[in-house]
Amino acid sequence: MILMSKIQEAFANGKAFIPFITAGYPDIETTRSVIKAMQENGADLIEIGIPFSDPTAEGPVIQTANVAALERGITTDQIFDFVRQLRENDHITVPMVFMTYANVVYSYHEGGDAPADGADGKDLGCFGFCRRCAEAGIDGLILPDVPYEEKGEFQEACEKAGIDLISLIAPTSEERIQAIAADARGFIYIVSSLGVTGVRKTITTDIGAITRKIRSVTDVPCAVGFGISTPEQAAAMAAQSDGAIVGSAIIRLITQHGDNAPVEVGNYVRRMKDALRSSYYTV
Amino acid sequence: MATTADAKGRFGRFGGQYIPETLMNAVIELDQAYTHFKHDPEFQSELSTLFREYANRPSPLYYAEKMTQDLGGAKIYFKREDLNFTGAHKINNVLGQALLAKKMGKTRLIAETGAGQHGVATATAAAYFGMECVVFMGKTDTERQALNVYKMKLLGADVVPVTSGTATLKDAVSEAFREWTNRIADTHYCLGSVMGPHPFPTIVRDFQAVISREARAQIMEAEGRLPDAVLACVGGGSNAIGSFYHFIDDENVQLIGCEAAGRGIDTFETAATVSTGRLGVFHGMKSLFCQDEYGQIAPVYSISAGLDYPGIGPEHAYLNEIHRAEYVPVTDEEAVQAFEYTSRTEGIIPAIESSHAIAHALKIAPAMKKDQILIVTISGRGDKDCAAVARYRGASIKD
Repeated sequence: MILMSKIQEAFANGKAFIPFITAGYPDIETTRSVIKAMQENGADLIEIGIPFSDPTAEGPVIQTANVAALERGITTDQIFDFVRQLRENDHITVPMVFMTYANVVYSYHEGGDAPADGADGKDLGCFGFCRRCAEAGIDGLILPDVPYEEKGEFQEACEKAGIDLISLIAPTSEERIQAIAADARGFIYIVSSLGVTGVRKTITTDIGAITRKIRSVTDVPCAVGFGISTPEQAAAMAAQSDGAIVGSAIIRLITQHGDNAPVEVGNYVRRMKDALRSSYYTV
Repeated sequence: MATTADAKGRFGRFGGQYIPETLMNAVIELDQAYTHFKHDPEFQSELSTLFREYANRPSPLYYAEKMTQDLGGAKIYFKREDLNFTGAHKINNVLGQALLAKKMGKTRLIAETGAGQHGVATATAAAYFGMECVVFMGKTDTERQALNVYKMKLLGADVVPVTSGTATLKDAVSEAFREWTNRIADTHYCLGSVMGPHPFPTIVRDFQAVISREARAQIMEAEGRLPDAVLACVGGGSNAIGSFYHFIDDENVQLIGCEAAGRGIDTFETAATVSTGRLGVFHGMKSLFCQDEYGQIAPVYSISAGLDYPGIGPEHAYLNEIHRAEYVPVTDEEAVQAFEYTSRTEGIIPAIESSHAIAHALKIAPAMKKDQILIVTISGRGDKDCAAVARYRGASIKD
């Protein structure tokens, strides 16, 4: 039996707007204020990036944010504590997912108290990481370097902890789409374009064709990310799916506006969510 | 028991395909094409001709007589990959992959490079096959290896300096993967070592296995017997796996990989992955990596830009785990001494990478019997390293 995922609440208010933020960029208190502003202005689900030293799926904007956050000393354990505070003290109630890289999960060893080398064969990293996600109040996990073929041990750890491992589908997925979608939990992340994250002027992929293939096998909602920055793009992507995900454009606002970032990001989230409200489902 | 990746690209628990969904069909296509051409007599014949007529193969197995006498122990042979065209073993892999890419209808090669050897080899193959070529190189490395940057440009390649992260080899690999996700249809990523997602560790291994195929026949001819040990330096591990491969089934042949310990494995300035790393998932593979307790990849250091990588190929991680091969750390100082010693004693200037393997031979040969045999792979020539070694010794020359 598959329990109703908390993530699906995010898709209960029309087309979902899903903003991304890198934890600890430029510092954790800014991240907190921005996340509060995101929720207040209509974000349906918040994607929190745990910085990684070598984020191979990211374009320059999010790469820079990753490096800057790590240079200030942010750690995975600090981010778990931070998320717990968001839930307990800051009244963040929207679903939240982590976006990070396989090694941050696989090599996590519970603040240092688990075997460092995985020599006992249990690979405690994945289980420990996912359990802490659930305890802190995280609902899902996005790992861009874990494709369908390699998700087994990550999926098992997520299921045991009761969180969703989010599946990604790309413009090149073609005949792989149905297999990935049939197994998907929470929501499906449709990668809009070839390449890495970052703002694009135009998105040429036929998203509608991808969502139709997805719909033939599952009702799990799907949201489109990579390259979206304007309300028009978000509305166009959401018209062919269930929502839009924005990352680099938000990190740019944070970089540009410093202390005023929470207000600016809040306004931006409101404009994007408003654009999605006028979008409709055409698939 | 020669090691083979299973259908999922695993050597034991190491290997796999940890890459973005965007690239999955590209590696599946590559795997299918390689499986086909591997058994295609015409492909193999073309590659043999290229090896012979373009790359100057077979490379000699050279008896290092003066060094043997000086050390007074085991007989030492050098497998002379430094005499290959472009000056290193890298050309073996590159000719194979470029020919494969051509057969697959690709018109553009991209590659990462550290010291520049693999970049120069890729630019060379691209010129030969009339393909477009883009090489990603850490900005720090473009400054350390300006001559190789010039060579690549002369050969018609674009060289992209990578400024992200530590601006060295691992960042060049990351950037090449990023570029591949951006442009797949006409582009082959010509990966330079036995690393990354399946099928790269197998493809690169197979093209480099020519080293041990020749060495095995050559030592049988010279000595009528197999060596007691084969030594090679290990960064990602391509010349080492090539040197080991056809000896893996010969249980009495010891296989020794020599890792770059930098300033020592008890310091943070090291690149010795087996000695200081642990299991992780990065750059497409599950293997051993230098990393912190949160899985952040560690900045690594070695005097050798070619060994300055925080991971090791999955087949090596497996050979280490099953104790078929052993991996030993060699410091900058030991490598520089071996570099100088080999130049003086044999009149051969070895690459600073290869000097790590020679350094270990210097340690173990004297205690071995005179009828024992060591083969040390000289993976490349050392011209490119003269300026760096001079700097290390406090002298300054312009290269």
